[in-house]
Amino acid sequence: MGQTNDDPLTFYGERLDSRLLVGTSMYDSPAILADSVRASGAEVVTVSLRREAGGAQAGQSFWSLIKNLGVRVLPNTAGCRTVKEAVTTAEMAREVFETPWIKLEVIGEDDTLQPDVFGLVEAARILNREGFRVFPYTTEDLVVAEKLLGAGCEVLMPWGAPIGSGRGLNNPYGLRSLRAHFPGVPLVVDAGIGAPSHAAAAMEMGYDAILLNTAIAKAGDAVAMAHAFKLAVTAGREAFLAGPMEARDMASPSTPVFGRAFT
Amino acid sequence: MKVRVNGETREVRATNLAALIAELDYGEALVATARNQTFVRGKDRAQTQIAEGDEIEILTPRQGG
Repeated sequence: MGQTNDDPLTFYGERLDSRLLVGTSMYDSPAILADSVRASGAEVVTVSLRREAGGAQAGQSFWSLIKNLGVRVLPNTAGCRTVKEAVTTAEMAREVFETPWIKLEVIGEDDTLQPDVFGLVEAARILNREGFRVFPYTTEDLVVAEKLLGAGCEVLMPWGAPIGSGRGLNNPYGLRSLRAHFPGVPLVVDAGIGAPSHAAAAMEMGYDAILLNTAIAKAGDAVAMAHAFKLAVTAGREAFLAGPMEARDMASPSTPVFGRAFT
Repeated sequence: MKVRVNGETREVRATNLAALIAELDYGEALVATARNQTFVRGKDRAQTQIAEGDEIEILTPRQGG
């Protein structure tokens, strides 16, 4: 159960055994990045495209490192603020990374990096038409979710909290509601996760996977934290499948009342 | 001819995108290109003429979240 072969996760027909996806930014060194990805058990890592001067080698050596990890890549459109920027970046990423998968971000607000959901739906429609497999970074808004599905998305990635904030699940009610409304759609909590307990909580709600970056990369020991997240995601998934008990307002004794002494 | 490459104004001799990449020392590096915010496939670079004032993006793989 959990992160084993009898409970696989499927994105666009592609089967994965790990329910943890990790970002590749902000690690102290390439070696720590590689060790953290291995410790996380992730089979998918996010990558980006950025400007680099001719003759520089940072991009090429990063790409060699990722290829050597043997993982699938999910390129992003991070930082794009318009539909045109996001679509062009996705097209560029498809050629370089040789995958139709794209984590679609259209950012609408600087302080929260909140998605521009109007631009997101429009860009998703264009990219799905062009044959991309779109993973939209969205909010927990039900109407936006419906429109993204209508635009051809088969996976949704609602935020837990603003990117890099580590606040966890800001709106558990909204996330629960989204899960309940779209029971057959793979849902990934992407962004805002700060601790393994946040990841476990989302998985216990029935989310299919977790995508995070900063919480591992900026931990005191990134490799150890990557492993902690692996365990938390597995635990949360197994707990969801096991069926957590309903919370109640009043106490209920766990030790049998019958046979109690001094009565 | 002056064009903007990755946000910087450059004086270049190249007249097509493939020649520009060579002139700017990208060599065999894995790059993705766009001209005036429109994606240009690798195989189309040699046929893609560049003009004064064009905005060229030359991007490489990088860490991402």
